[in-house]
Amino acid sequence: MLGYVLRRILSTVPVMAIVAMIVFSLLYLAPGDPASVIAGDQATPEDVARIRANLGLDRPFLVRFFEWSGQIVRGDLGTSIFTNLPVTSLIKQRIEPTLSLTLVTLILSVLVAVPLGVLAAWKVGTWLDRGIMALAVVGFSVPVFVVGYVLAYLFALVLDWLPVQGYTPIAQGFWPWIQNLILPSIALGGIYIALIARITRSAMLDVLAQDYIRTARAKGLGQTPTLFVHALKNAAVPIVTVIGLGMALLIGGAVVTESVFAIPGLGRLTVDAILRRDYPVIQGLVLMFSFVYVLVNLLVDISYTFLDPRIKY
Amino acid sequence: MTFSRRTALKGLGSAGLLASSGLHAPAISQGVAAKTLKFVPQSNLANFDPIWGTQYVVRNAAALVWDTLYGVDDKLQPQRQMVEGEEVSADGLVWTFKLRDGLKFHDGEKVLAKDVVASMDRWSQRDPMGLMIRGVQNELVAVDDRTFKWSLKKPYPKMLLALAKNNAPCSFVMPERIAKTDAFKQITEYIGSGPMKFAKSEWVPGAKAVFEKFADYVPRSEPASWLAGGKRMLVDRVEWIIMPDPATAAAALQSGEVDWWENPISDLVPLLKKNKNINVDIADPLGNIGSFRMNHLQAPFNDVKVRRAVLTALNQEDYMRALVGSDDTLWKPVPGYFTPNTPLYTEEGGEILKMRNIEAAKKLLAESSYKGEPVVCVVAQDQPITKAQGDVTADLLKKIGMTVDFVATDWGTVGARRAKKDAPGQGGWGMFHTWHAGADCINPAAYTAIRANGDKAWFGWPDVPEVEAQVTAWFDATDLAGEKAAIGKLNKAALDSVVYAPTGFFLGYQAWRKTVSGVVKGPLPFFWDVSKTA
Repeated sequence: MLGYVLRRILSTVPVMAIVAMIVFSLLYLAPGDPASVIAGDQATPEDVARIRANLGLDRPFLVRFFEWSGQIVRGDLGTSIFTNLPVTSLIKQRIEPTLSLTLVTLILSVLVAVPLGVLAAWKVGTWLDRGIMALAVVGFSVPVFVVGYVLAYLFALVLDWLPVQGYTPIAQGFWPWIQNLILPSIALGGIYIALIARITRSAMLDVLAQDYIRTARAKGLGQTPTLFVHALKNAAVPIVTVIGLGMALLIGGAVVTESVFAIPGLGRLTVDAILRRDYPVIQGLVLMFSFVYVLVNLLVDISYTFLDPRIKY
Repeated sequence: MTFSRRTALKGLGSAGLLASSGLHAPAISQGVAAKTLKFVPQSNLANFDPIWGTQYVVRNAAALVWDTLYGVDDKLQPQRQMVEGEEVSADGLVWTFKLRDGLKFHDGEKVLAKDVVASMDRWSQRDPMGLMIRGVQNELVAVDDRTFKWSLKKPYPKMLLALAKNNAPCSFVMPERIAKTDAFKQITEYIGSGPMKFAKSEWVPGAKAVFEKFADYVPRSEPASWLAGGKRMLVDRVEWIIMPDPATAAAALQSGEVDWWENPISDLVPLLKKNKNINVDIADPLGNIGSFRMNHLQAPFNDVKVRRAVLTALNQEDYMRALVGSDDTLWKPVPGYFTPNTPLYTEEGGEILKMRNIEAAKKLLAESSYKGEPVVCVVAQDQPITKAQGDVTADLLKKIGMTVDFVATDWGTVGARRAKKDAPGQGGWGMFHTWHAGADCINPAAYTAIRANGDKAWFGWPDVPEVEAQVTAWFDATDLAGEKAAIGKLNKAALDSVVYAPTGFFLGYQAWRKTVSGVVKGPLPFFWDVSKTA
């Protein structure tokens, strides 16, 4: 097991290297020039060229790539072209809001979606099943920003229960922290809940048709232990897989959610960096997101061994 | 019925009306709340060097932190600010300035003449007027701690305007050690002598910037007027909260989470106006001039007949309606290049813009060298102003029989592509859209877009010697009559050769809660004399 984990961790190195190469190349090929954004409209072409030279953007592709790669190996993601702050500092400033948002969304989604999926599978073919699946379709279909606006309308402006925007660090207390996250998490969680609920239902239906479930029921085992102890555990592998894969959805959705609720997170940092062509920040963020994605999927793979003893590494 | 993002914005905005009771519980105590002003700026404060980066948002924040030698007032006149007095020699070649006593930087050090010399040296490497001064400069030296001397080879009558103007980059004064930074590299310390200190530790680019009152600031005794007069801070703390989503900003203003929003979008203004807790008014009376530029170096716009054909077909109302909707108070036609309601405004030569004539445009086009080649129209879709104008232009070009290659892209790409002089089919461009702050268009001082000095001109590279001759005449003019004469001729020459196409004059709103007082109209948000009650 330990050997497997180490091998998987090591295997992230070539993955990250390929990601780094692709990101760097794409940004090099993409149109746009941060120097012209910095120089402003009044700048002469000479001014723009001088800024570009100072930023090192006029050097050949390979020189820039190897220099950047060297920095990455040393754990240095570079310095933002615009803010002149280290990319790692910018990420540190922004990681707490995004981590909080994704974690609360993840917990909320799992707590809501799994029971809904189990319920739909248990009551398959009934109005309850159809109702839950219809809700899932709505969750998939309605854009995050629409859900966000509607929630803000109801709970922030009409009822005045929660703030419209912003983020309060958890160091300032649990309630100030969570009250800024409730609406964004519900908005962001919609699509995730829909996805997990559908997969849970589907996996549960497969398991519930197994002989051992019929045996358990024949023995007189109650409905709740049958569903949640015997069936759900055996249906967990695809559910956990989807939760892991769905992290990409969360990261993508966080970009919009953070804009709608003015949360100073990594999603907004990414969009701002792309619009301004702040190459070091974009590269650093994409690398970090890729690493998180690889790591989450590693954790998912490891979790299989706990959920299904037949799986061994 | 379709449901779009814009519909959603309006829905959320209207929701605020229901929440306009003002009962929202503030998160901080009433006393602290009254001393903290929460402001939503036009865009993100991504960097904070007002010489290195010339975006307006940087200039606006910098005006809190750094002071200037002179400041322009609401009559557009330069007034003394850090300077106690100045003397100019009879031949106009030597300017001697004396600083006010008691000026201090935020680190406690006195402001000395050597700081000013280093600051002016850095500024004059990046500013168009500064570069002109450098071009005629003999020397710029500190005479003593409070006196510095600027000696020139040739008189420069617009010296005080150059030092007072609000166009970016402004001539902000920094400590010598900071001002010695290469003008093309970013500073890393943000120490000024202005009325507010920059709280660097609280700066989260893209989210928040904080300014704290500078206790040792000594305001002038005169009343504040734009960048001139006594800059008295009536709040202890100004927080800039960046909100990329206008609906969120509208909702936050209505719920009392923020106090002042610099630029509400016109879609949401009617809703804000209905809220009894909110004031809405014009932000900047100098407004903006919309424009599109044609590439004078490449076909088809290297032929003046083609450019004039486009101008003949242009109806500014179409553009302005696309920008501001049905609110007639927000726009007016501008048959020229200079800001309406300012001393040098002129319509000389503006007949071509006063009457749209599609048939005449077609005739002119037929007489030109245009052979039906596609016009590469590069339009940034992420800027509402450029997108709306681009859509109108594409329609206009088609109406007169031109083929349009509409390149929908983002502003970052436009910024890079417009600098290319290649043929449109080889990565170059035919036309792009933009706009100019009215404050930049009151005279040629900072009006880069009006210049027509060929390779050295702004993108599109017009080469019209008569325009340049009149720019020089304006710089040399010593009275208003002389300036007006030069500007009249300049306007006509620029329209005759279509240096660029002005698409109209438009204004924008600002909105603030009624608990805030002292907000004035101006080319940037002025925070002095602004107070807030809990």
